[in-house]
Order: sequence, then C-alpha cells, then structure tokens
Amino acid sequence: MGAGHAHRLYRHGHSPVHALPPHTKLAAVFAFVVVVVSTPREAMWAFGLYAVLLATVAYIARVPAGFLLKRLLIEVPFVAFAVLLPFVAEGERVEVLGLSLSVSGLWGAWNVLAKGTLGVAASVLLASTTELRELLLGLQRLKLPPLLVQIASFMIRYGDVIADEMRRMRIARESRGFEARGVRHWGVLAKSAGALFIRSYERGERVHLAMVSRGYAGSMPVIDEVTADRTQWSYALALPLTALVVCLLGWTL
Amino acid sequence: MDAVTASLDVSGLAFAYPDGHQALFGVDFSIARGERVALLGPNGAGKTTLVLHLNGILTGGTGSVHVAGLPVGKQHMAEIRRRVGIVFQDPDDQLFMPTVREDVAFGPAAAGLKGAELEARVDHALELVGMAEFRERPPHHLSFGQRRRVAVATVLAMEPEILVLDEPSSNLDPASRRELADILRSLDVTVLMVTHDLPYALELCPRSLILSEGVIAADGRTGELLADEELMRAHRLELPFGFDPRSVATAPVGP
Amino acid sequence: MHVPDGFIDAPTSAVTGAVAAAAVAVSLRGARRELDERTAPLAGLVAAFIFAVQMLNFPVAAGTSGHLLGGALAAILVGPCTGVLCVSVVLLMQGILFADGGLTALGVNITDMAIVTTVVAYGVFRALVKLLPRTRRTVTAASFVAALVSVPASALAFTLLYWIGGTTDVSIGKVATAMVGVHILIGIGEAAITALTVGAVIAVRPDLVYGARDLRQRLKLRVNGELVDAPAPEVAVAARTSHRKVWIGGLVTSLVLAGFVSFYASADPDGLEKVAADKGIDQKTEEHAAADSPLADYGIENIDNARLSGGLAGVIGVGVTVVAGTGVFWAVRRRRTSDAASPVSTSVGTSV
Repeated sequence: MGAGHAHRLYRHGHSPVHALPPHTKLAAVFAFVVVVVSTPREAMWAFGLYAVLLATVAYIARVPAGFLLKRLLIEVPFVAFAVLLPFVAEGERVEVLGLSLSVSGLWGAWNVLAKGTLGVAASVLLASTTELRELLLGLQRLKLPPLLVQIASFMIRYGDVIADEMRRMRIARESRGFEARGVRHWGVLAKSAGALFIRSYERGERVHLAMVSRGYAGSMPVIDEVTADRTQWSYALALPLTALVVCLLGWTL
Repeated sequence: MDAVTASLDVSGLAFAYPDGHQALFGVDFSIARGERVALLGPNGAGKTTLVLHLNGILTGGTGSVHVAGLPVGKQHMAEIRRRVGIVFQDPDDQLFMPTVREDVAFGPAAAGLKGAELEARVDHALELVGMAEFRERPPHHLSFGQRRRVAVATVLAMEPEILVLDEPSSNLDPASRRELADILRSLDVTVLMVTHDLPYALELCPRSLILSEGVIAADGRTGELLADEELMRAHRLELPFGFDPRSVATAPVGP
Repeated sequence: MHVPDGFIDAPTSAVTGAVAAAAVAVSLRGARRELDERTAPLAGLVAAFIFAVQMLNFPVAAGTSGHLLGGALAAILVGPCTGVLCVSVVLLMQGILFADGGLTALGVNITDMAIVTTVVAYGVFRALVKLLPRTRRTVTAASFVAALVSVPASALAFTLLYWIGGTTDVSIGKVATAMVGVHILIGIGEAAITALTVGAVIAVRPDLVYGARDLRQRLKLRVNGELVDAPAPEVAVAARTSHRKVWIGGLVTSLVLAGFVSFYASADPDGLEKVAADKGIDQKTEEHAAADSPLADYGIENIDNARLSGGLAGVIGVGVTVVAGTGVFWAVRRRRTSDAASPVSTSVGTSV
C-alpha cells in the first residue's frame, strides 16, 4: 500500500524462502519461536542447533550474514539489561575475574539473551524475505480479524505519509531559518507534533475517501489469490518441526 | 427530468462541517442520463463538499441526493458507490496499489468480481484511456497525465452510471489536457465535471452550473454563461487573458 | 518496555496471551461502534503515530527498555476499544517486522502496554471530563493527566507480571523502583505530547476526538435563508459505550488479578524460594520439596521434576482463562442485548 511495497527491511530476492506464501512463513516463524522459548535454558547445545537452523534458512534465502547481524542490533537495549542481570540478581554468587556474580542472574541473562536473540533473528528473516503487503495478506489468511488487518494496513500507509509530511514541515521550518539545536527547541518540535498529526490525517483521509469511493468496505479485495499447497506448507514447517525435535531432545537428555 | 430518469438528482442539500463551518446552503439540480455538465465555481464555493455528498461520503445535513432514482443513504451504499465514479483531484490520492493493474482491479474486486471476468474488466478500462501497455507498471513511475488517466480507468472499471471528475485538467500540460478531453468525449457515460478551468468546461460540456457560496447561482448553456460578464464577475470566475467564449465553437447541446 | 522472548516464563506468557486475546476480542466488538467509515483511517494514523513514538527507546536499568507508550492518545482520539486494537496492532507489527518484543511475549506486551494504558487513561480522562467544566481546555488538561497516570500504571503492571513470571529473580523492589521511577519521567513527556496532539486536533477537527464527542454542539443549518436543525449525529450509541468500557476494563483487570493470584497463591513467588529453585538446577537429582503440589512447581520454572507438572499447570491455566474469558464475553453480550432493549440506559451520557 502506498509506497509501502518496498520497505527498508525487505531484501528483494528470488530465493525459495521469498517464494513461499506469506501465511506459511508467519506460521513457521511463530511456531519456531514458541518452540525456542519452551526449551529449557540448561540445554545450551539446543540453542546452538537453533542458531544453525536459522543460519541454514538465511543461506537458502540468500540473506547475507552482515545484513542479518546489523538488523540484530535492535536487541541492544535487552542486551544491556541482560548484562546487568548477574550483578543485580540475588542468590548464590560466584567469583568471575574478581567480580561477584549471581548464579541465577547468569542463568537469567543467558536465558534472555539466547531466546531473545533467536526470536529476533527469526523475525528479521521473516521481514527481510516478505513484502509488507504480503505480510498483511498472510495475516488476513491466518484469520486475523479484518479490523486488525485494516488498522495495520492504514498504519503502514500512514507511516509513509507521516515521514513525508515531517520532511516537508522540516523544510518549511528550515527555510524560515529554524533549526532544532538541543533542548531549547524541543517545544517547537513538540508543537509540530499536533500539526503533523492533522496534516497526516487529512492527507490519508483523502486516500481513504478514494478507496471508499471504489467500494472499499473494510478489507482489501483479493485480486490475486494466494494459496499454499501441501509442499509449500511442508517446506515452511520444516523449520519449526526440526526445532521441535531439538527441543524434545533438550527436555529428555 | 424527474428523479427516476435523471442520472443524478440533488435537492435542498445543506451541510455544515463539525467545526460549524457551513459549506452548502440548499443546492438543487438535476442531470439527465448521458449529459456532460460542468460544475463551475471559485475556490471555497463548496464544490468538493458537494462531490463528497454524491456517493454518501458526507452525510448528516439536510436534503437528498438520488442516483438513477436510488436515494443516497446507508442502505444502498455499496450500490451507490458502484454507480457514482469519482475521480479525485490528486491522482496520488487515488492510486494506492503497487501496480496499475491492481489499482484498476481494486474497485471491481471489492464488488466481488474474480478471475477472467476481472481481468477483462481491467483490460477494457485501461484500453478506454489508452494505458493498456502500462498494466504492470507502478503508478508512481508514470507521468502526471498518465496517472490521471489511470485514475479515470480505476473508476471506469466499475462501470459507473455517472462519472464525477474533480478538477480533471489541473496540473496537466496542454498535450495531456487534450488527450484527457478526447478520452472524456469518447466515453458513453453521464459526466459531471467540477472545475474552474472555464475553457475546458466550454470545450467539453454543453451545460454548466455555477456553484457560489453554497448555492447554485446559475444553470444554463456553457457558452451563454461564460459570455455573461456580469454573472462571471459576481461569482469570481475569470476567463484566461484574451479568451473569448463567443469565438469558440461550443459543444452541441444534448447527449 | 517491550518484553523479549524468554523473559517471562511460558505459563505466564500463555495466560497473558489468553487475557490479551480475550481483551482484543471484546475490543473488536466495542470498536464496531466507536469506528465509522470516516474514523477508520484515524485508527491507522494513531497506530502509525504510536509506532513512531515507541521507536524512541531509552534503556532502563532493571526493566527492558522504556519509551513513550501512546495508549492514552489512542484511547482519547479513537476510543478505548479501538485504542486497545491500535496499540495491539503496533505491538504485533513491531514483533513481526522489527523483532521488537518477542512473539511469544506478545500477550505480556499487549496486557501491560495496550490494555492497562488505554483502560487507565480513558478512565481518568472520562472522570476528569465529567468533573471539570465542559470546555475544550478541559479536554486538553484531562488528556495530560490521563497520559501522565497511564505510563507508571503500565510500568506497575509490568512489574506485577515480572514478579509473577520473571525468569530471573531480581528483587521485586528494585524492579518496581526502577520501572516506576523512570516511567514517571517518561509519563511527563508522554503527557506533553498527548495533550499537545489532542489540543491541536480538537481545535481544528473536533469531530475526530472520540473522548470529546459529547461536548459537540448541535449544528444549525441555514437552508435558503431559514435556520434548520441539523439531524442529530449518531453519538447516543457511542456515548453509552464509555461506561461499558470502564466496566469491561475493570472486569478484565480483575480477571487478570484473580487468575494470577489464585494461580500463584500456593507457589511462593518470594525471591528466596526462587533462589532455592535455581540451586536445584545444579542438583538435578534432588526432588524439590514442594513437588507434591503441581501448582507449586509451576511458579518455580526450569527444574527437572517441575517440567511435566509445570506444563500441565500451564495448560490448565490457559483453559481456565479461556473459559473465564468466554464467560465474560457472553455476559457482556447478554448485558448489551438487554441494554439495547431499555431506552433509559441508552440515553445515559448523551448530551445535547
């Protein structure tokens, strides 16, 4: 929608992963993350195997490692938190390099780091191999309530509109000699927020009116039917199923 | 022209926006099937407000609008929107799908068309505006004139009873302007063209309405209205410098 | 405040997931009355706005991260039900697209950031608008306070969830102090942005502010020289829902509380107990003392012998919540049908 057919997170390509129907990919990622989270944190080797699984998917999808790692940076706030855990958590403590660390804190940090990182990596792979519009179609096919899909699609379109209006307002401000430099100018910027809201709304409203005028009644009409056959489902579900095997091994070993 | 045979019948339409600003003060007019009518008026006369009433996007004022005998109201909204095709002023607002084909297919698909029937409808609409070879292109890669033609096609694909164009000639270069005029002339639908481009109205529409301060101030043959200097001045309508409506061969009256 | 995967234990995630699903289901029903054709894109815009403000993350020492939440803005502009949906959609899309907030922690995230903020903010907002003089300035002031309160409330909800299901035993006092402290600061920023945005919108497009619908004046139309009353805008139904929202909100909150308290009553969530549990990790052969009670094990995650019973308790928990949620759902529907039948309750809250 809008200019949203090529979002920054998406990496254009023609790999088998790109070609899978979006709802199978969504289901696979979700199942994978559920499996990862329910793995016991002591089974460290299992998390290694999960990472190998994701790396395999990334290889098939031809997503370069550098791209994937850069996108993983979103995790930094959690990493900062995880690093703190061994210091602030209570309980039995161990001495590591002269620092007194909490054992449970160390386990907690490992738990958050391992599971969080794998979850982030799976989502990054999904977003980089699936177009936004496809994702919305996928959510629609997975029977997410139409109103939620509608809000999501408007949200994505407004994202572009807001960015666009922000740029115009900044140019207007700057051509009148205003530049935001530090805290003193935050007031001006905050006041722009209200104006930005109205401007974006009225721009988006016109698009919406045009859609409504052509019979839009809350859900995007299906122009090209997206269906997944048994093979595609089995390709997509290979990831969570393999992970499940690892997880079960993790519980029993 | 009674309400049953007329393509469009508007009576006593008044409307105020929620902030209290009243835009329409009792608008009455009627358009017969197959007519091409221009709705003229200065900026802020209420033209766009009126257009938004024609397919029920704005409601809540007094008065009524009938499209081919069907009252505009909640119970027939889907049918009304299929019958009234509005081409908005800015094609960027109108084109929101990733390819021209999907954009043109949006309306008919929303109405329930599928498969080969849908494709045929799309192809036909694109041929009418001469854009068939641009099917798979993204709309924002087209020129402004091409985008406006695609916008017209998106509406034509719904096979409307009446085509409503809001400022169709704005921002077009002379060649695109002429191409669009040729397309509009070739269509076999009722047209209501909202504009302040007076020569364009004269070229395309035998009949004109002047909307001023929220009421219909004049209704008559385009050539005669434009030649009435006093009327034109009273409603802030100005002809381009050096343009004499009497020197131009006007479009023939009637469908 | 986005909780990543693995931060809150699986049973708590599952239960909050069920709570979130129930709340979203209730909101979906409510949103049908709040949203009409013209305000549907507004919900999208609000969502996009919230998406943007939530991207500004400040790391918080003992929470995950802090940022503006936007729940108050959503509740006031589009109504509490649609507000819950907007923030939920934002969280879902952040999870899928940006991997911000784990997919399995979606329930936790929706509960504290979508449900708590909107319900609290809207409750405060409506109460203030009712109490104070009916002017536009009041609406702006009420938005400020509502937003200010909603953020620490959400932080408290997070702390509560962490206390119940956190996978690491940081002392609850530390978490609460850090979270609430930081979020009071964030609340001030949130309040300023919410008040400015609501103020700007109400000045230009008062029709777009859901929370101020009953402040709207009946319009007079001049038709051919005569003054005529405009037909009444359809606010009666919308205004009625404001009570219902608070009611539903209270019910959902109490459901959450009841669910958790009853669940964890038998499992001591004290830090000490957890330490003991984590020591158990090193001594895998040792049976835990409380193993005879399945619910006791449930609070103590990641111990050998608790695996099976913990899983079982999780399943029971989800089951109970789903049944309870469905019950609420039905009750709401019942009440609504009976309300619709009585015109007296329909006119409550309507103004001229």
